[in-house]
Amino acid sequence: MTEDIRALSAELARDPGSLVFVALGEALRVRGQLEAAAKVAVAGLEHHPNLADGHHLYARIMADAGDVERAADEWSIALALDPRHAGAHKGLGFASFQRGDLDSALEHLELALAADPTDQSVVQALRLVRQAAEQAAAPGAADPTVPAVAERPPPFAGLEGADHGLLLVDPQGRVLAGGLHTPGGQDVAEEVAAYLAGVSQEAERSARLLELGEWRWIMAEGEQGHLHLSAPQAGALLLLARDRSVPSGRMAILAARAAEVARRWLEAQGL
Amino acid sequence: MSTRFQAALDTVTRVRGVRGAMLVAGEDGLVVAEALMEGIRGNAVAALAASLAKRLRRASETAACGLPQFVHLQASHGSLLAAPAPSGMLLVVVAEADINVGLARLEMLHAGEAVA
Repeated sequence: MTEDIRALSAELARDPGSLVFVALGEALRVRGQLEAAAKVAVAGLEHHPNLADGHHLYARIMADAGDVERAADEWSIALALDPRHAGAHKGLGFASFQRGDLDSALEHLELALAADPTDQSVVQALRLVRQAAEQAAAPGAADPTVPAVAERPPPFAGLEGADHGLLLVDPQGRVLAGGLHTPGGQDVAEEVAAYLAGVSQEAERSARLLELGEWRWIMAEGEQGHLHLSAPQAGALLLLARDRSVPSGRMAILAARAAEVARRWLEAQGL
Repeated sequence: MSTRFQAALDTVTRVRGVRGAMLVAGEDGLVVAEALMEGIRGNAVAALAASLAKRLRRASETAACGLPQFVHLQASHGSLLAAPAPSGMLLVVVAEADINVGLARLEMLHAGEAVA
């Protein structure tokens, strides 16, 4: 055991509620003692559940252990507690890049750089991700995440509210199909799609954390109208919007029908 | 914890199938008060639930549906329910799959009024 770890351990033993657990966990992680580091992090988080740095520490330990999903969960929690946490943005940037989500990787890395402009590892990572994004956008390069929506027939034709109350969105918050208008006729599809980016991942993480199994749908009952969200297949989110006069049970039936249509359409598009 | 908060949470947790209830600060996702079964990571759930509720609020208001009064996330083995409470708080409930959602909703609305 090195001197620093010994000293930090002694300090933590004297005061189990000490914030020194972050430094000790990090020292153990750097030495590759992941099991011991995880124990320190978990115990520390019991004393300081709202400490973003604690969740960031646990995320890095999980990432080192190869559990990137769990790491991403912890970084999301760190960001929920501290939206400007550079380390959490950096971690989610790497996690997004690893799963091929270049838009999300760019967004997180740019936020990480804004929070800490001196971090050269973020500068290098940004360069790498931008190169990958340019290659993906080059003529002839197929980008399966950006379908040419305008060239395709509307998938929800024939369904109630097909062009103004049904919206199919990708994980980056881009409209895949359908439309959304306010009762006043204003087209709000793009804006709402942007707000829905990440909802699917957060629903999945919440359900996993609570051991609730797979999330199926979300219903938000508003003062003037209801929203129903479901994932017809991984990587797509279906939104059904109706005014308050439509009961929630009927919303569920309409959403199930629309989800089936969306699923068939996505399969036909090879998405 | 304030006895008023505790009493409100106890009303909700008495509903059969409720595994726990929390009052969460809506803006930053911090736990204000909780009554949870052992094993539930309250702070993590609070942070994610608040973040999810924030996204849904923005989407709902933009779509002219107004402020969400009740949010229900249904999963294969249970549910996560949320309702706005006074002072920007959020009442979050973790429930079993077979919960009577209508009853839980009613008690959550009452609890929200009780902490006002």
